[in-house]
Amino acid sequence: MSISDEKVAELEKIAKKLRYDIVMMIGAGKPGHLGGSCSIAEIIAVLYFHKMRHDPKNPKWPDRDRLLLSKGHAALTQYAALAECGYFPKEKLSTLKELGTILQGHPEMLRVPGIEANTGSLGQGLSISCGIALAGKVDKKDYHVYCVVGDGEIAEGQIWEASMAAAYYKLDNLTAILDKNEVQATGPIVERYDTNPHPEKWKAFGWHVIEIDGHDMSQVVGALDKAGEVKGKPVMIVANTVKGKGVPFAEGKADFHHGIMTEEQYQTARKLFED
Amino acid sequence: MAMQNCRMVYGETLVELGRQNERIVALDADLSKSTMTRLFEHEFPERFFEMGIGEQNMISTAVGLALSGKIAFANSFAVFAAGRPYDQIRVSVCIGKVNVKIIGSSCGISDFGDGATHQGIEDIAIMRAIPNMTVLIPADGIETRKIVRAAVEYEGPVYIRINRNEMPDVVPEDHEFKIGKPYVIRQGKDITVFAHGYMVFKALKAAEKLEKEGISLRVVNVSTMKPIDEKAIEELASGVKGIVTVEEHSIVGGLASVVAFILRGRAIPIEAIAIKDCFGQSALDYEQLLEHYGLTETAIIKSVRKILK
Repeated sequence: MSISDEKVAELEKIAKKLRYDIVMMIGAGKPGHLGGSCSIAEIIAVLYFHKMRHDPKNPKWPDRDRLLLSKGHAALTQYAALAECGYFPKEKLSTLKELGTILQGHPEMLRVPGIEANTGSLGQGLSISCGIALAGKVDKKDYHVYCVVGDGEIAEGQIWEASMAAAYYKLDNLTAILDKNEVQATGPIVERYDTNPHPEKWKAFGWHVIEIDGHDMSQVVGALDKAGEVKGKPVMIVANTVKGKGVPFAEGKADFHHGIMTEEQYQTARKLFED
Repeated sequence: MAMQNCRMVYGETLVELGRQNERIVALDADLSKSTMTRLFEHEFPERFFEMGIGEQNMISTAVGLALSGKIAFANSFAVFAAGRPYDQIRVSVCIGKVNVKIIGSSCGISDFGDGATHQGIEDIAIMRAIPNMTVLIPADGIETRKIVRAAVEYEGPVYIRINRNEMPDVVPEDHEFKIGKPYVIRQGKDITVFAHGYMVFKALKAAEKLEKEGISLRVVNVSTMKPIDEKAIEELASGVKGIVTVEEHSIVGGLASVVAFILRGRAIPIEAIAIKDCFGQSALDYEQLLEHYGLTETAIIKSVRKILK
């Protein structure tokens, strides 16, 4: 199924809006997970505004498709998308990390409608996604589970426990997306703790692997469509991305994994994504 | 007294409840022959998930199943169930109050042959420290049945600690188990003995012997270690000359800690019988190992005499 130029333009506009909200949520002079949030903007835009079957008015709808951010620190992108969909009022976005807010530094399911599980202690979201996918098999439901993992995160051993379980249980209702932004908190992954080669590893663990440019809307859509057709195997979409994508001073910079924007940087970034 | 094996009773009870409630699912990490979830696997193969030797993934997978409406029982030995996936239990189970039941089998030093690696002596302390967790410890087969049933009826995280060996029945069949309620197994007026698990039986044996000398022990089963009913503990500690706590667990963070904290500021002597902040070891016999670590009726009697001296 190909996607129209119009739809691509619409999704690109949404990704731009998500990046605007990410920058606004972080603000100037405070640390925030800018880099890893910006690298998944296209993926999140496609999932919530094109691919997933979901109902913001009924967040617990049993037949909904699910999205879990195993790399929970990138929750800003998901918060922005959930607000845009109408899961909660957009005004809440400005309360990020304030005492008593629903929008915690890492996502909490009991606080935010649309958040499926508590993630952010890295390595756990893929296993939780497996459990939801297993339940879907037991209950003969046709929902699909999507899980975004980071290329730094997959150093966690639990990811590989989950990868074996997903293949063993033939979870073709599970699609994971590897946000391969190549930078972890302390530096470039190849210099710090190299988790490559990714496609080969996931193939060896029994997954169907699709490799794409994670910032190319048609490729993201195409890969997710193809993932839905694979039978008998979980699918890993290795999405080549840029940490901090779209914010020139943050692109590829470990400092902006959880960095602080100066007032000047904040104004620059804000203007980039303004309508 | 009839003898029952709690893990066998657990396995049978899970099958029985599984017949009544199809939301119940079970996961195990290659120990189903010991935890006895193989009974559930035989009866409900489509609701049993072998997770390989990977406890962290098992717990988080149980979370996913529970988030999809299942009542997920995740099983392993107490050391591996509570220790290896600590952060998974903390983050993915407890922060979200997810309906996962964690079974810590072969608890304490009840896996006497396997040595320190397999003997869970700090699991209660670890599980109690996590907000939103409920910690239950059956004293015998009868209470195991009641506790597993209660865990199914309760919506939220539960940790259940199960002994490996044959244990005599001590709990009255008609006692109505309620999460959070410590209760008297044997009435007495001189000393209150707080115990859980197999140590309840040891306390009863001590009480029988001391009765012949005219000393009467009030034996209390603290089968819920969290939430703790502080008022009930205070009441059960009233009107006696002293308190003895007995637990097949480290002295750090278990029953001794809880009771001493609740009774702080009271002028009442407290003696604690527990594993003294050291690891276990192999032995060829359970009772021999219990004796080595001082978890005996003799030790209870000695503590009582010390208080009454």
